[in-house]
Amino acid sequence: MKIPLPWFVAIPLAAAFVLPMFGEKVRKTSLAIANGTMALLFLFSIFSLGRQDVYLVGRWTIPFGINLVLDGLSELLLLTVSVVSFASMVFSIRYMQRYTGLSKYLSLFLLMVTGMNGVVLSGDLFNLFVFLEIASIASYALVGFGCEHEELEASFKYMVLGSVASMFILFGVAMLYGMTGHLNMAYVSQALQGASLRLPVVFALAMFLAGFSLKAALVPFHAWLPDAHPAAPAPISAMLSGVLIKTLGIYALVRVVFNVFGVSPEQDWSIHLSWLLITLGVLSMVIGVFLAVGQWDFKRLLAYHSISQMGYVVLGIGIGALVIAQGGSHTWAALAILGGLFHLINHAVFKSLLFLTSGSIETATGSRLLKDLGGLAEKLPLTRTTCTIASAAIAGIPPFNGFWSKLLIVLAAVWAGHVWLAAVTVLVSLVTLISFLKVQRYAFLGNTPAHLDSVKENGGSMSWAMGFLACLCVLMGLLLLIPDLKTTILDPAVNTVLNGIQYAGDTIANSR
Amino acid sequence: MLYALCFLLFMIGLYCALVKKNMVRIVLGIVIMEYAVNILLIMIGFRIGGEAPILSPPQGLPLKTSLQSVDPLPQALVLTAIVISLGSLALMVSICIRTYQRYGTFDITQIRRLRG
Repeated sequence: MKIPLPWFVAIPLAAAFVLPMFGEKVRKTSLAIANGTMALLFLFSIFSLGRQDVYLVGRWTIPFGINLVLDGLSELLLLTVSVVSFASMVFSIRYMQRYTGLSKYLSLFLLMVTGMNGVVLSGDLFNLFVFLEIASIASYALVGFGCEHEELEASFKYMVLGSVASMFILFGVAMLYGMTGHLNMAYVSQALQGASLRLPVVFALAMFLAGFSLKAALVPFHAWLPDAHPAAPAPISAMLSGVLIKTLGIYALVRVVFNVFGVSPEQDWSIHLSWLLITLGVLSMVIGVFLAVGQWDFKRLLAYHSISQMGYVVLGIGIGALVIAQGGSHTWAALAILGGLFHLINHAVFKSLLFLTSGSIETATGSRLLKDLGGLAEKLPLTRTTCTIASAAIAGIPPFNGFWSKLLIVLAAVWAGHVWLAAVTVLVSLVTLISFLKVQRYAFLGNTPAHLDSVKENGGSMSWAMGFLACLCVLMGLLLLIPDLKTTILDPAVNTVLNGIQYAGDTIANSR
Repeated sequence: MLYALCFLLFMIGLYCALVKKNMVRIVLGIVIMEYAVNILLIMIGFRIGGEAPILSPPQGLPLKTSLQSVDPLPQALVLTAIVISLGSLALMVSICIRTYQRYGTFDITQIRRLRG
């Protein structure tokens, strides 16, 4: 079945407009509509695997019209977004019982999904900015959804830095348009290859790097994330940490750096750019994890780990870029990029699962401060099991999914000749393990405080969502180990990044 | 030269957004950044002595218009960008009002419950 590409944007957008018409009395109907939409998108993204397609909006040929491009990288991100948002939506059914304004929440949730699907599919720089703003504005509102002191403060902080990032990105888009006269990524890329203006190109690239790093919360641009992600309701934290920072930050960065500007041995700034990416990655990994160890708020601890794990992804991609820029073997570059992208989807799954378990603990006990908890292993058996699986995955313990991607990154670092990078990676993994042992110790083991005696497990949709993601954590290693799955899901994405500026030729050829 | 001034305006906005202590001034700083980018886009499409980019059969040869007319595309982009910034401005102002209701102040040095 061939799914028309605009459906990925149009269906959640239409549902988001319908939902606010339902009031508080028909909660079940609005939940059913929202969950149905997410299930539909999940199915569509599975059907779209292994397909190369370009959709011309309004039948205007590029470069005059807007195009939506589906290629390997887009498919991978589309699938990740729909898996995580489906699980978070199912989790919301029970979790959101405490909140009023359910239909507004669902509407904003679907708007965020609209924006992310649009960012992933867009083949046009300005269109990318528009979708990025849709997703960002919906997420600002969702962070402040509770309207209490902390939520408002976090939302304002997030919104200021997010808007600054968006303006950087728009400035970069404007400069590229001024230099090349195109907005379509394929044509911009072709025009840039023949460009003689060096300084403005580097300046535009710097603008994009600053903007996307702010969106991805890489150190030193991370200040907003530890406030914003814990303040949101748990399913939204799962979405923000799980997919939002990846689609708006990492995906857009990779797309612009590799497919539009192009990393190659001929361009001498490529090596500096790769080292910059590696530096950002290492800084995020190390600083993020050391800030995480000292946290006592469970969700804040998880948010700091998001910064650290994003560092792994950027490190993998940076090593890949370095190998390409030095003219090294494409096999090793492919390994590094595979490690980065595989860690991206693994992190989406286990980090959203961890945020969902934190929501489950919060619903059951009313607290998320680790010092207030204890002895929950018998009270909340399912939450405990899923949380342990996800902790093992994030710490890189075999056979869970996090182990495989970290292994790939370490191998790539060693083969690229930077053993110290591999050593840092392993060290950070160890500190991650320590910090999650602390979570296990304080939340699930030890003595039960008196006020937690009557705590009961959250059944229903919350357990289904957590169980689904925990199964994925266990099974996702198979994506790498079974050759068929690897060639349909992971390899096309790696090839899209690796082929770099061939993207322009492919897109133009596909749109005829 | 004009582009440099435009970048200066962008930097003024950035300074205002990152350094000021009052929430409303921070919002104004972001609005200044948005205006700077919009002006940049308009300037990219502008031609001195240019004409309206309308092709009419008697005079309008495509080649002539493409070189001398004002580029209409950035103007469309700026319209879109203005609508988007209106949306985010409305949200920012409403968050400011809610925060003022909760804390009784716009001073961000006193709005500090989140730490660490």
